[in-house]
Amino acid sequence: MPIFFETRQIVTPGDLIAEGEYIAGENTYKENEKIYASRLGLVDTENKKVSVVALKAFYIPKAGDIVIGTVAEVGFNGWTVDINAPYPAILRAGDVLGRPFRPQEDDLSQVLDMRDLIVAKVASYDRTHDPQLTVGEPGLGKITRGQILKITPTKIPRVIGRKGSMVSMIKQETGCNIILGLNGVILVTGKTLESEQLALMAIHKIDEESHTSGLTDRVTQMLKEEKAKMEENKNE
Amino acid sequence: MNDKPEKLIDKKGVRLDGRKPDELRPIKIDVGVLSNADGSAYIEHGKNKILAGAYGPREVHPKHLALQDRMLLRCRYHMAPFSVQERKSPAPSRREVELSKVIRESLEPSIFMEYYPRTALDVFVEVLQADGGTRCASITAAALAVADAGIPMRDIVVACAAGKVEDTIVLDLMDEEDKLGSADVPLALMPNLNAVTLLQMDGILTVEEFEQAVNLAIEGCKKISAIQKETLKAKYVDVKEVEE
Amino acid sequence: MSSVITRLKQKQIAQLIEKGKRLDGRELTDYREITIEQGIIERAEGSARVLLGKTEVMAGTKVELGKPFPDTPNDGVLTVNAELVPLASPTFEPGPPGENSIELARIVDRGIRESKAIDTEKLCIEPGKKVFVIFVDVYVLNHDGNLIDASALAATAALLNTKMSKYQIEEGEVKLTSGYTQLPMKKHPITVTFAKIGNKLVVDPWLEEEQVMDARISMAFDDDDNICAIQKGGNGYFTPEQIQEAAKTAKEKAKQLRKKLDW
Repeated sequence: MPIFFETRQIVTPGDLIAEGEYIAGENTYKENEKIYASRLGLVDTENKKVSVVALKAFYIPKAGDIVIGTVAEVGFNGWTVDINAPYPAILRAGDVLGRPFRPQEDDLSQVLDMRDLIVAKVASYDRTHDPQLTVGEPGLGKITRGQILKITPTKIPRVIGRKGSMVSMIKQETGCNIILGLNGVILVTGKTLESEQLALMAIHKIDEESHTSGLTDRVTQMLKEEKAKMEENKNE
Repeated sequence: MNDKPEKLIDKKGVRLDGRKPDELRPIKIDVGVLSNADGSAYIEHGKNKILAGAYGPREVHPKHLALQDRMLLRCRYHMAPFSVQERKSPAPSRREVELSKVIRESLEPSIFMEYYPRTALDVFVEVLQADGGTRCASITAAALAVADAGIPMRDIVVACAAGKVEDTIVLDLMDEEDKLGSADVPLALMPNLNAVTLLQMDGILTVEEFEQAVNLAIEGCKKISAIQKETLKAKYVDVKEVEE
Repeated sequence: MSSVITRLKQKQIAQLIEKGKRLDGRELTDYREITIEQGIIERAEGSARVLLGKTEVMAGTKVELGKPFPDTPNDGVLTVNAELVPLASPTFEPGPPGENSIELARIVDRGIRESKAIDTEKLCIEPGKKVFVIFVDVYVLNHDGNLIDASALAATAALLNTKMSKYQIEEGEVKLTSGYTQLPMKKHPITVTFAKIGNKLVVDPWLEEEQVMDARISMAFDDDDNICAIQKGGNGYFTPEQIQEAAKTAKEKAKQLRKKLDW
């Protein structure tokens, strides 16, 4: 039962990773007792499970995910929302209004218009139906201020960090609130434009260097240096 | 153009461009070259210069083309008007329609089409300069563009031709050999699975010569596959070095 | 080109083939019954109708005067076109040629061209200026699978049946005179198509087999047992061993099929 790659070694689709009684995890497939990579990424092994952490992938919705989307279309009884996925998401009028939709009276574009941004939760999704969103929980709904950044969706866990350590550190250092959409869209809201820019800079660095180690330290270091520079500029 | 060389291959087995019968032309590949595409690749294979871009999986337009149980793969192979000696009309020719189809069919076995029903993956190939073997170089680049887009795949398809010039079976025909040689066998392969996904031939070969040509093309594919994989990895290894 | 086939039927076909049998009782390397009729369209210079089981294809040829291509000034010109006529299948739609009809035409064309079936030099009237242009129009009239072999056979049969006007050159002008000569043919290309179903290859797939096949491969042979054109199609793959097996079987099948042609 050999395994042909070490953990964190880079593989491309079709590479034979392991042979024998292993379990095929994410981004791999099994054929004739052989496990191959199905995406470009880094090998990860956990007991008997072999998977690949993709270096590039797109977002596929999952019920319960928090996402940030853009209203793409105001429809007859709801909205179509672009959530950076292969499928358009649907947000029903009743869900936003919190009461039954009255076609005669309600003007949906007054509630949410084209190009409006929303934070939402994926209520349902399967292979046969487009994802459905809900905003009926605290913290969800239309976004009115802040900065938006798009990164590779697979890198969101890296921005979160172990037990949320990375994102907490950025929040603390910049004083900004950060909402991480699992679809790779991030909202940063802070007291000043400068603090928001600082948080974006940190997240951008994580996106670029996500597959390297010791990243938390380097990002902390960078934030401290940038903050010091900003202080200096102010004093001048 | 009409100056026919006396011999395409000399007694010592040296070809017009100095290659041995089983030698590939120089190949240079780059990946992630288009910022708007979800995945992209650029290949220089001999004098071929070809750009491939992949978009998707994304919503299908027009909607009625969407497949309920799988992704829709669309390919367009297109030659730039200035890519050949005499200007080529930009309108798609019958040859381009056929090549678009066989390129699509060479890629499809490698892609997990059933993962994303009701979506489309569009692969665009632009031949900026044509030498012999544009379809093979196009497939090599297009497969890399699809891998670069993060589409789950069984293997990265790679393609190369073999053929016959004078009385010799040779690898990777360039323009003159393609036009004046006696046979051309383009072949695409999933190297890890040993599966042929494109096979065409024109010219005259005995069954035995054909077998030789297929085996030689497969060897060529394996060599190009190594370059393909290194290129894809290198895109990320570069960043990895930041760490040290 | 697919219409819906039930999963049960698909399983049935695949299981039988795995055991070396087919739904219509044929062996894996058997063709359906073949009928070739030549000279059925009087207005055409040459014509043929091929029945391959229920698949029906007609081919007609027209001969016109035209210009040679600049790179082959001493050769006549061959043009092959294929029409998937809407009455032949619910999946054929009227309109400009789609990729399936273009591919079909190009496969038929390649078989004729690469085998050097027509003695194109004899079609030259005045080098670089005037040659005979041979149009082959393939017309699919009923689609029950394996259009490629039926079309290639119809095209070859129609070419063998083609008559050209005799001509004289008077004061630099080409004048057609009474009487006809036979189109000069050197070779008689035959195309053999396989479908891959499961891990088996079957010759001459009919419609339902095409609907469940992973991939197909077509090989054209000349009279000297040389391969002159190949085309793989469909969304699956072949192993190198299957390709070699196909080449060997196709060579024998092509020989048998050629005997059905009259010349």
